[in-house]
Amino acid sequence: MVKKTVEGSFAIAEAIKNCEPDVVACYPITSSSHIAEGLAQFYADGEIKEYIRTEQEFSSISAIVGASAAGSRAVSATSSQGLALMHEVVYAAAGMRVPIVMAIGNRALSAPLNIWDDWQDSIAERDSGWIQIYCENAQEAIDTAPQAFKIAEKVMLPVMFCIDGFYITHSVETFEVPGMEEIRKFLPKFNPKLKLDPKNPVSLGVYAMPTHYQMFREDVHRDAAASLKVVKQVHDQYGKTFGRTYGDGLVEGYKLKDARFILVSMASVCGNIKEAVDALRQKGMKVGLLRIRSYRPFPYGQVAKALAKAKAVAVLEKSYNLGGKHPLYSDVIGSFVDEKKRPVISSIVGGLGGKDVTVRDCEGMLKKLAKGKHFEVWW
Amino acid sequence: MIEVRFHGRGGQGAVTAAELLAVGAAESGNYVQSFPFFGVERRGAPVQAFCRISDKEIRIHQNVYTPDYIVVLDSTLLQAVDVSAGLKKGGVAVVNTNKQVKIKGAEATYCVDATGIARKHLGKPIVNTAMLGAFAAVTGLVKIDALEKAIRHRFEGELGEKNVAAIRECYEVLKK
Repeated sequence: MVKKTVEGSFAIAEAIKNCEPDVVACYPITSSSHIAEGLAQFYADGEIKEYIRTEQEFSSISAIVGASAAGSRAVSATSSQGLALMHEVVYAAAGMRVPIVMAIGNRALSAPLNIWDDWQDSIAERDSGWIQIYCENAQEAIDTAPQAFKIAEKVMLPVMFCIDGFYITHSVETFEVPGMEEIRKFLPKFNPKLKLDPKNPVSLGVYAMPTHYQMFREDVHRDAAASLKVVKQVHDQYGKTFGRTYGDGLVEGYKLKDARFILVSMASVCGNIKEAVDALRQKGMKVGLLRIRSYRPFPYGQVAKALAKAKAVAVLEKSYNLGGKHPLYSDVIGSFVDEKKRPVISSIVGGLGGKDVTVRDCEGMLKKLAKGKHFEVWW
Repeated sequence: MIEVRFHGRGGQGAVTAAELLAVGAAESGNYVQSFPFFGVERRGAPVQAFCRISDKEIRIHQNVYTPDYIVVLDSTLLQAVDVSAGLKKGGVAVVNTNKQVKIKGAEATYCVDATGIARKHLGKPIVNTAMLGAFAAVTGLVKIDALEKAIRHRFEGELGEKNVAAIRECYEVLKK
């Protein structure tokens, strides 16, 4: 593995390329444009077999669904309105059980128009049956790309791995990108049992009467929930092969051992929270962080266990449920439905549309939650 | 951890400068992070780019609010933007100007006519690489050889050599 100082998006594109996709289909959109550009460059250099330049995102995802159904390893990258435009086919991909992979550069949804980071684009696809992994930094995304293909092809469900737009997509840092030969040992060739083949005709996702439709959805639900085990196994296996792990693959605890006050969040802001935790620990405050890596399937049991001894918890999310309880907050609350006791759990929405959530902000959040009282705020 | 903020105008290459600084500083085994503040991406509009250099892993991802160094690629920004906002106590400014200016709040201000030097070597007033030479001379945070390597990697052939000549001259001017 060679260390390189490059922009996160280009390193992620290289990691995807090294997974040897048969088909890439993209329509570039900020903030994931450079992932698409990187993949296009690899195609131009003859290192990717097929790159379809589509006229918009609905076509990108349609193309990779078709390619995957025909037995190809297929991938795309998108953001924000691009993902929203894919919405119809996002659900179809999960229902058809095609193991496609997408890299999502997270970005706000219109209106008003905004090109900066938050998670609402991917959170809006939460209920679709896709597996969603949120990465703290580009190195984690590089390491997650091969895992995403492996998980998808084991469970036969699509996977999106998500990174914060600009903060991660556009940061130049030093990364290790595993090579093609190394990845080959970890990620076997895609060879589905069932595929579109003129010699052995089948149909996928065509039509289901009321007698059967719900069964299909129930199947996806059961397999998606059960895929927690696979997400963890594949992560652990990757760790053994490449030496880098991210918590237990589902959640990552930071200074949780004796923590009484815990901030729960996802993605790149967790780096800032770790700094804030360290700063407040120096002042004697027993604070910690729980980072959710696998958002779908959601590790309810692991979350309840990690937070069981806390006095108070706050959930910081760059996502929202306007007029309702916010998504990550609801999931954390939901983790305690079978528990007799639970900590005070508060809700913070922040960082929408690129609003910077700084280390100082995170310190403020930890101090507020350490008062032990329930609150629901926009920071 | 050292934080550097570049001020330029869209098209002057502030983002590339921050990136080349990161690549150059990584050569000596530093942890680095550079990134742009994307705003209105118009040619001529004030832009910022950031670079962090550290001997420890850099975990934070946020804008640079309290830089140790500011690098100003265009002196007309001095009237338009508060370039020294948040500059740390003891902070240093490096400014492209053919006059002698003093940045308020900076412990020291180093001035260099990077536009003149860039015109001489590149035939164009694109000063981003030249200013990195000035930065290297003033701060010692990055080796001039490492910057030259990063530049040759980024700009192939003759263009790379012209940029290297510009950066070298800026470096020599401020080393004196």
